[in-house]
Amino acid sequence: MQTAQTAILSLPRAVGRSAIGALAHVGRFSLMLAELFRALGEWRIWLPRTMDEARSIGAGSLFIVLLVSAFAGAVTALQTGYQFQGNLPYYVVGTLVVESIVLELGPVLTALVLAGRIGARYAAELGTMRVTEQIDALESLGRSPMSHLIIPRVLAGLVMIPILTIFANAIGVLAGWWSAKQVLPISNGDFTYGAQYFWRPFDAYYSIIKAFFFAGAITLIPCYMGFNAQQGAEGVGKATTTAVVATSVTILLLDTLLAKLLLHP
Amino acid sequence: MIELRGVHKRFGQQVILNGVDFSVEEGETVALLGPSGTGKSVLLKHIIGLIHPDSGTIIVDDLNVASLGRKELAALRSTIGYVFQNGALFDSMTVFENIRLGITDEKCNRDASYCAARVPECLALVNLTPETAAKFPAELSGGMRKRVGIARAIAGRPKYLLYDEPTSGLDPVNADIIDRLVKHLAETLGVTSVMVTHDVRGAFRVSDRVALLSDGKIVLQGTPQEFLASADLRIKAFLERDFDTHSFAA
Ligand SMILES: Nc1ncnc2c1ncn2[C@@H]1O[C@H](COP(=O)(O)OP(=O)(O)O)[C@@H](O)[C@H]1O
Ligand SMILES: [Mg+2]
Repeated sequence: MQTAQTAILSLPRAVGRSAIGALAHVGRFSLMLAELFRALGEWRIWLPRTMDEARSIGAGSLFIVLLVSAFAGAVTALQTGYQFQGNLPYYVVGTLVVESIVLELGPVLTALVLAGRIGARYAAELGTMRVTEQIDALESLGRSPMSHLIIPRVLAGLVMIPILTIFANAIGVLAGWWSAKQVLPISNGDFTYGAQYFWRPFDAYYSIIKAFFFAGAITLIPCYMGFNAQQGAEGVGKATTTAVVATSVTILLLDTLLAKLLLHP
Repeated sequence: MIELRGVHKRFGQQVILNGVDFSVEEGETVALLGPSGTGKSVLLKHIIGLIHPDSGTIIVDDLNVASLGRKELAALRSTIGYVFQNGALFDSMTVFENIRLGITDEKCNRDASYCAARVPECLALVNLTPETAAKFPAELSGGMRKRVGIARAIAGRPKYLLYDEPTSGLDPVNADIIDRLVKHLAETLGVTSVMVTHDVRGAFRVSDRVALLSDGKIVLQGTPQEFLASADLRIKAFLERDFDTHSFAA
């Protein structure tokens, strides 16, 4: 009885506390964004570092991104082929593979994979730099952590993640095409006919716009978490897992939001 | 000149600094002593604005550190060299690049030939060979990392140097070299320095004045002679303990 009462009473308190915590995060996150924009003038510092970072995340992530989207394309083709067998013309497989890869699977799977790869890496790197005082050391030299550390990582992601998504789309569609031909009597002509039948150029833009927003989440959230990591190895671990979870959830929220805003305005 | 007046700082419930008054005159070297965990590093970080005080003022070079804007703070910091207790080297960069980042003057920093000459010069001052420049921090021993940290802090020819336990963990030979470097920089270049240390003998040898931080306050700030003559129990305890360990080792 007693414990039930305290539990009920502590609920609003816990809600209040986490609401304040969330507000504090929003505040500090906005401050980071403001500082980030202010440091954009120091292009001499961030430009070469952005190039290095872009090369490293591009080369490092290409294989896994292509692998995941190839499987996604293949499975989509096999399953639609199975579902519609005998009921719809075969060219529908072409339509479904292209539309589901370009509109949804390409950008979202790429983003979720990269949240684990790039996001976790950013959070762990910056978190380690925070707890080993490397960020303090940078500031002690009168240098801006924004132009040295954050801007290069964010810009590299904003450039490379949409590019990786374009590759993922292409490979996903090709893999779907190939798999469809393995199990169905579908010709290349059927597939391309289906692919083009419902195709709108906006679909390609939509895919890239999504990738761009996801790139924002994959870079900014982990950078923020790592930058504000608490002391010790535990702090770095916590920053990294929180970053990956928060980024993944944000990607799914953005996915829904963009579908509503851009496809059903 | 560096001056702290009535500086208070707490982390959560834990009071670290409880009204610290501390000053360093132009060209002077002050050693800051104190048991570990009393907040010596916290005090030092207040001086370059890495930690902000809850109350009290910090004046460096006639500037109020807490009220400086982003640009002025960066400009002030580039005249201060800070040696971190654990080195705080950038581990994704070579020793060369680490020290190059310490060259805070942007013109010099972009001048490749200046840097190629300045980096080995700084390495030599901390008794490291030029070959060290190509290594990564992970390839160095703890004592070498510490000395690279010192080389990075002095590379920009700062007006102020803040050393956080520069000799702890070093072998006696290199500790001696660092002590002499601190003295040399102060005497020949007129650098104003604060040196946090546990090494009472080194502190007495190098510094003009000594201060003891205990229980969030500066117990005494004075010459080594005043320090030795003090009747304060906390000072006596600190000196005695050091004396004991040395006689034990001998
Ligand atoms: N950023 C921080 N957040 C919370 N506590 C801190 C922080 N920095 C230092 N402390 C605490 O302040 C106390 C003094 O630390 P420090 O200045 O490092 O001691 P020392 O005199 O050995 O250098 C320690 O108890 C430490 O845990
Ligand atoms: Mg310390």
